[in-house]
Amino acid sequence: MDIHEFQAKELLATHGVKLPRGGIAYSPEQARYRASEIGGEAWVVKAQIHSGARGKAGGIILCRSEEEVENAAERLIGHRLVTNQTGPKGNLVNRLYIEETMPIERELYLGIVLDRKAERIKIMASASGGMEVEEIAEKEPDSLIQITVDPGAGMQKFQARELAFGLGLDGSMTTKATDTLLACYRVFRDFDATMLEINPLVVSKGELVALDCKMSFDENALFRRPDISEMRDKSQEDPRETFASDRGLSYVGLDGEIGCIINGAGLAMATLDMIKLSGGEPANFLDIGGGASPERVAKSFRAVLQDRNVKVILVNIFAGINRCDWVAEGVVKAREEVGLDLPLIVRLSGTKVEEGKKILAEKAPDVIVADTLAEAAERAVAEWKKLGRSAAA
Amino acid sequence: MAILLTKETKVLVQGITGRIGSFHAEEMMAYGTRVVGGVTPGKGGTTHLGVPVFSTVKGAVAETGAEASIVFVPPPFAADSIMEAADSGIRTCVCITDGIPAQDMMRVKRYMRRYRAEDRMLLMGPNCAGMITAGQAMMGIMPGHIYSPGRIGVIARSGTLSYEAASQMKARGIGISTSVGIGGDPINGSSFRDLLELFEKDPETDAVVMIGEIGGPQEVDAARWAQENFSKPLLAYIAGLSAPKGKRMGHAGAIVSGEGESAQEKVDIIRACGHHIIPHPSAFGETVADLLTKLKRAA
Repeated sequence: MDIHEFQAKELLATHGVKLPRGGIAYSPEQARYRASEIGGEAWVVKAQIHSGARGKAGGIILCRSEEEVENAAERLIGHRLVTNQTGPKGNLVNRLYIEETMPIERELYLGIVLDRKAERIKIMASASGGMEVEEIAEKEPDSLIQITVDPGAGMQKFQARELAFGLGLDGSMTTKATDTLLACYRVFRDFDATMLEINPLVVSKGELVALDCKMSFDENALFRRPDISEMRDKSQEDPRETFASDRGLSYVGLDGEIGCIINGAGLAMATLDMIKLSGGEPANFLDIGGGASPERVAKSFRAVLQDRNVKVILVNIFAGINRCDWVAEGVVKAREEVGLDLPLIVRLSGTKVEEGKKILAEKAPDVIVADTLAEAAERAVAEWKKLGRSAAA
Repeated sequence: MAILLTKETKVLVQGITGRIGSFHAEEMMAYGTRVVGGVTPGKGGTTHLGVPVFSTVKGAVAETGAEASIVFVPPPFAADSIMEAADSGIRTCVCITDGIPAQDMMRVKRYMRRYRAEDRMLLMGPNCAGMITAGQAMMGIMPGHIYSPGRIGVIARSGTLSYEAASQMKARGIGISTSVGIGGDPINGSSFRDLLELFEKDPETDAVVMIGEIGGPQEVDAARWAQENFSKPLLAYIAGLSAPKGKRMGHAGAIVSGEGESAQEKVDIIRACGHHIIPHPSAFGETVADLLTKLKRAA
């Protein structure tokens, strides 16, 4: 789960990381008021969306008067900002963060991630801040300093010192850098983050200040992090994904017209691959999960149908925990409830498969039943192509 | 004898009195698994499904001589249950639970290092379908009837994809020695490579099917290791060729976040290591059958 920059900064502040003074604004008038409240002669107006690369997309504007702040806010609020990470539709800007500017002596990079290979938390720092980490890795690979933290012992002071000296910080800055790095590690650990990036971390007037911050969190740990759960901003999500996740379904929106309902993440990914191979485009990834009751199947149909582009639906269930007869009942029930009139291809396999097929044959005879994954994908694509032709004619 | 699990293996069910643990314990018994007891803290001294329930894993091991355990404990408490098993002399543990926080799993992996490599428990999962030695025993949630006994090993991240592979092979008369799920989480117990090492030593396995997906380094690590160290044919399928970058595809670990983590990159590297590629998810049966025909001709 992602959060906004201003929220990430609130979390950093709880552990004592130094930040520029700033405030949230929901309107141009409020933005102007925030600027006067903060004081000074220049401000940055920053669009709060769940994406990096906001600066290049025009989402971060330097202003030299309160009037400029108001104008910048006018340009951003209520508009969609397209960055190289948001996709072509962009993300809606509902909030701005207005911040003081400060003299920058040095720009550093700090990143904390979950390293899957080491199975530990990894901390990366570089003296070449301001660039994206991919760019640093490519252009200045020698500048990247990395340490991994033992999960039993936690991050040690000497590790923070190694990073600080590696960044070329010395004198009184060493202690400040050590404190800042340890604080960032604790924020990551205490809130079950999966990614924390401060880029740039700047040296300004003898202090180390986080000018920007991006954080993502482990969704499996949200049950014990209610404060983080509350930071979720549904306006930044694909509305199809919000609808599904609110109903406990794992869904990812895609661009095609063949809606998919599948059990198991691996089988779901494989089914999408099979649709592509057969010449079609999937509209979504949807894992119905284990223990799929008829109610859950019905919910899945509703989630898939949130996407108005869906022309054909493919259901592929290989039942281990699931039972095919329940899934079949769910298909019948869901079709009645949502009044489904789209072509429906169903492939059932595994536990109670014969019972499942019998239910479909009796109660939903127009459903196309496929025996194998390949057949299911081919039938779905064939139905979809048929519709395409009739629409063209 | 296959790997890790036979009909002689004495199995404990952690969380046996829960709804899901109870359902699957019964299925496992029906398949022939030697379930010798269950563990639910506070319910020690009772009997469930005809086997004794214990409050601690140590108590259960002392009484029953259990050597393996399967964990059906909810996510907030599952990491603790795995560590309890590791500390009680359990040799092989399967964790079915989906939704364990990544930092909990980091602690589990760190904790298991307190034991010498030869004493260390082998962990499968979490977030996996478990394992089955076809025709003998299962510790997992798979539909047992789709596996026929044979000489092909299977290692998979995804449960449902391993079912798909098993049923395609069965349809062509090809049987399985052991099928092992390693789970879809970013930090998991045994890796593809760990299990390839076991299959290498198993005289009753002739070839191994590795079913991977996007995200993480384990498929590529295994392929590179196998190039030098695995003497049997290795066939691989990688799911997620059409997955967009940066999106979590159901499994917490199925996310392309770095170089070498997309399905296409993994396929290219595995092929370059000289292994067989299963081109699409409907070709498990066909690709394995072709390989077996070639092997027979060569012999």
